[in-house]
Amino acid sequence: MARQSSRGGSESKKMSSELFTLTYGALVTQLCKDYENDEDVNKQLDKMGYNIGVRLVEDFLARSNVGRCHDFRETADVIAKVAFKMYLGITPSITNWSPAGDEFSLILENNPLVDFVELPDNHSSLIYSNLLCGVLRGALEMVQMAVDVRFLLDTLKGDGVTEIRMKFIRRIEDNLPVGEE
Amino acid sequence: MGFSFCNYRKMGCITKLENMGFRVGQGLIERFTKDTARFKDELDIMKFICKDFWTTVFKKQIDNLRTNHQGIYVLQDNKFRLLTQMSAGKQYLEHAPKYLAFTCGLIRGALSNLGIKSIVTAEVSTMPACKFQVMIQKM
Repeated sequence: MARQSSRGGSESKKMSSELFTLTYGALVTQLCKDYENDEDVNKQLDKMGYNIGVRLVEDFLARSNVGRCHDFRETADVIAKVAFKMYLGITPSITNWSPAGDEFSLILENNPLVDFVELPDNHSSLIYSNLLCGVLRGALEMVQMAVDVRFLLDTLKGDGVTEIRMKFIRRIEDNLPVGEE
Repeated sequence: MGFSFCNYRKMGCITKLENMGFRVGQGLIERFTKDTARFKDELDIMKFICKDFWTTVFKKQIDNLRTNHQGIYVLQDNKFRLLTQMSAGKQYLEHAPKYLAFTCGLIRGALSNLGIKSIVTAEVSTMPACKFQVMIQKM
């Protein structure tokens, strides 16, 4: 076959992120067809994200060699610098800590999920990337942290940046088998 | 005993997955072919799908491409990526079609944006190997 097929690594990486972006777009489109209102779509995206998160955390822990976090600040660092980097290729910045240290924001300059996306006017309450909230919630639940995750700002809605607010609710006590930490 | 994709056709979820794949295939091929040379013919397009396109999406090439030269192509992947984690044999065979519908749509969408109308079905007899059959619709 004469066709040139020597493509650089960066190009194939870009392609697979486009595969992901386009697939996510197709998913949101389908959900908008399946459900009558945006609230239900948001809910469904969150639920799907949760189911992904509870699985993804295993992959993450196996690949990243990250141990148990001792406080929420450490958790924030791992999420922004290791997890987002690994799965989305971006490093959000961490800001707006609450005085109690139980709340912070992730600021995403460029959200890869929204490449090629424009929200039509009739979907003003759709939280397009809401899957991410579910992923974060599900993943953290598997490491014994109950966390509230929501979008505060979204570039798709005209905001300058995308902001995800994370609020620590409580540590989940589970019944560990005797002798295990 | 092959498990035919068509048995599932009537179920709505398969159609939805297929349609999503179609849309993604359209978008991907548009991005992917913007710097490539014009294709010579139908076979050239199919080779592109088997080689470059498959490598981009599934990190490997199609293992075998066969055609009857009358518009039917069979693309065989001996280690299809979406099935490798599931089983190496006949276990869970009944679930395989759900994992193939999106990819059928992906091929159909890609071909569609290259000017080829087709029907794409998939068949698995032993996981993780599977065959995609492309029937070109003459326009």
